[in-house]
Amino acid sequence: MNERDDKHDHWLARPATIRWLWRVFGLVLGLVVAAQFFVGVHGHFGVDGWFGFNAAFGFFACVAMVLFAKVLGWLVKRPEQYYRDQER
Amino acid sequence: MFELIIPPAFVMLIGAFLVAVSRPGLRPLIALAAPLVTLYAIWQIPDGIQLTATFLGYEVQVVEGGPERRLFATVFALMGFGGVLFAFRQAKWYELAAAMAYSAGAIGVSFAGDLIVMFLFWELMALFSVIVVWCGGTFGSKRAGIRYIIMHLLGGIILKVGIEGIMIHTGSVEIRPLALDNFDTWMVFIGILVNAAAPPISAWLADAYPESSPTGSVFLSAFTTKTAVLALMLLFPGQPLLIWIGLWMIFYGIIYALLENDIRRILSYSIINQVGFMVVAVGIGTEMALNGAAAHAFSHIFYKALLFMSAGAVIYQTGRHKCSELGGLFRTMPLTTICGTIGALAISAFPLTSGFISKSLTVSAAAGEHMTLVWFLLVAASAGVFLHAGIKFPWYVFFQRDSGLRPKDPPWNMQAAMVLFAVVCIGLGVFPELLYGLLPYPVDYVPYTAEHVITQSQLLLFAGLAFFVMLPLMKRTLTISLDLDWFWRVGWVRLFRGFEALLGGLQRAASALAFGLLRRFSGELMRHHGAEGVLARAWPIGSMLLWVAVLLAVLLLLRYVPEAGSP
Repeated sequence: MNERDDKHDHWLARPATIRWLWRVFGLVLGLVVAAQFFVGVHGHFGVDGWFGFNAAFGFFACVAMVLFAKVLGWLVKRPEQYYRDQER
Repeated sequence: MFELIIPPAFVMLIGAFLVAVSRPGLRPLIALAAPLVTLYAIWQIPDGIQLTATFLGYEVQVVEGGPERRLFATVFALMGFGGVLFAFRQAKWYELAAAMAYSAGAIGVSFAGDLIVMFLFWELMALFSVIVVWCGGTFGSKRAGIRYIIMHLLGGIILKVGIEGIMIHTGSVEIRPLALDNFDTWMVFIGILVNAAAPPISAWLADAYPESSPTGSVFLSAFTTKTAVLALMLLFPGQPLLIWIGLWMIFYGIIYALLENDIRRILSYSIINQVGFMVVAVGIGTEMALNGAAAHAFSHIFYKALLFMSAGAVIYQTGRHKCSELGGLFRTMPLTTICGTIGALAISAFPLTSGFISKSLTVSAAAGEHMTLVWFLLVAASAGVFLHAGIKFPWYVFFQRDSGLRPKDPPWNMQAAMVLFAVVCIGLGVFPELLYGLLPYPVDYVPYTAEHVITQSQLLLFAGLAFFVMLPLMKRTLTISLDLDWFWRVGWVRLFRGFEALLGGLQRAASALAFGLLRRFSGELMRHHGAEGVLARAWPIGSMLLWVAVLLAVLLLLRYVPEAGSP
């Protein structure tokens, strides 16, 4: 997409906006972790009270789920018309 | 004081009937009024058994009040209203009437005082929900509807076998907590789990719902699975097996939704995921957990219907239903984008949404019972919900790349329904007492503590980060994902065909053998008895005379042989 098109597109879709959104997102991520300095998180089982536990757990749980889905996808993904072909 | 108990389900059924027979001009009025009148009737029902009747010689309890029953019936009626508002100008009259009768079934199950009444309304739901599936009007919806109704009628039969067994062996069909210690209760358990889309037959849900019309799937998302949750709450609270069934459903929903390309199929898998949370809560079975199951069902119906409404609006306006064909719609569908995103945030349990105040009850109940593994899995799953429904759905539909599509926001009634449900999602999140006051047990839980808000925000925002980091791995493919339903859609047919081929082979072998033997036999016959056979051919007269002469000569000779034993 060239510069002229950028100006005509919706402001939310412009690369400059998206760069800003990433910065704000990064800032918010930092803030919610830093907030743990001010608010004691006690946790129910010990480990979940650690600093930044929920951030790390959320991130890595999702990475694991995406990777698992990817592997399972190799096994179970079929073309859209699979069942139509089978029923013929 | 004059007290008249009208079964709320009948009010809705009459409404459905009137919608079917009335003049087109009156239909919207009746369809919108019926759920509200039903809601009024629901709130007139005090706790305890209120109405009995005689059915096939049995005294049945048509209406029994109770806090969890009232809660579920309320949300079903409200859902009926929102669904009708979303659909009444676009859906065919028979879809509207069928959807209302379907919701009447759900309300009937909610108030059923015994298993017979529950079963009757259960089947009513199956019958009218399949009509809603068929209203999709495509070849695919016809076939999916047939698979759907086979599954539900089978589930109904299993349920009925269990109910009849309980009736014969205990003499009581009252709805009360049952122990899984005999064949009858197992049958009831399995029959209910069929409707909850539990493994191994979860596939029926994501198979049928996305084939319905854009308006029909809004209704379908609400009733069947949630009545199953209520039935589990009433019949099997605290059954530990449910925890593991529910956890399976939770992760199954996430993983399959991640693989999916069809937007309504993503949301359908997400229903299974959310019902999984409720099933786990019923399995934990403490007062807090049962509150959690009820609260989650209540808020889930609103945000899931809202998500299906936004998906329906997109499909209605564009005719496209795949992530790979959509994208960038926020430019021209701002209201649908905002409402869909609110639904997505609510399902992800962001603070200030209904999901935050309801799901946390279940998760906290697991912590309260010191179920370490269950708790960690539930928290991981909460992050996964944001991943598969909370971001994936709005990202691929409304954002990502520009698909070039420039549809407008949908007609006003669809917009009104979406705004109404979005307000409910936020309203319940901001004023949790509204929901907590309706729950079956007293609530001793404060959702908005600084600690809870921070931990939940960390969890969800970093799940969001993971989504964008992993985005290259989640490229949409034009595929479907095989599920265990492969075994009855393809495997069964293949097995049958294989058996058929085996029988054919056996038949050919047997007939070849028989034919060979027959030919051999007939050859022998021909040799001996055929025209040229030894025993049948025409002998020359001369040879006959010769043989006669030989015979006479032998007789003559024998005459001179001395008789044995003579002196």
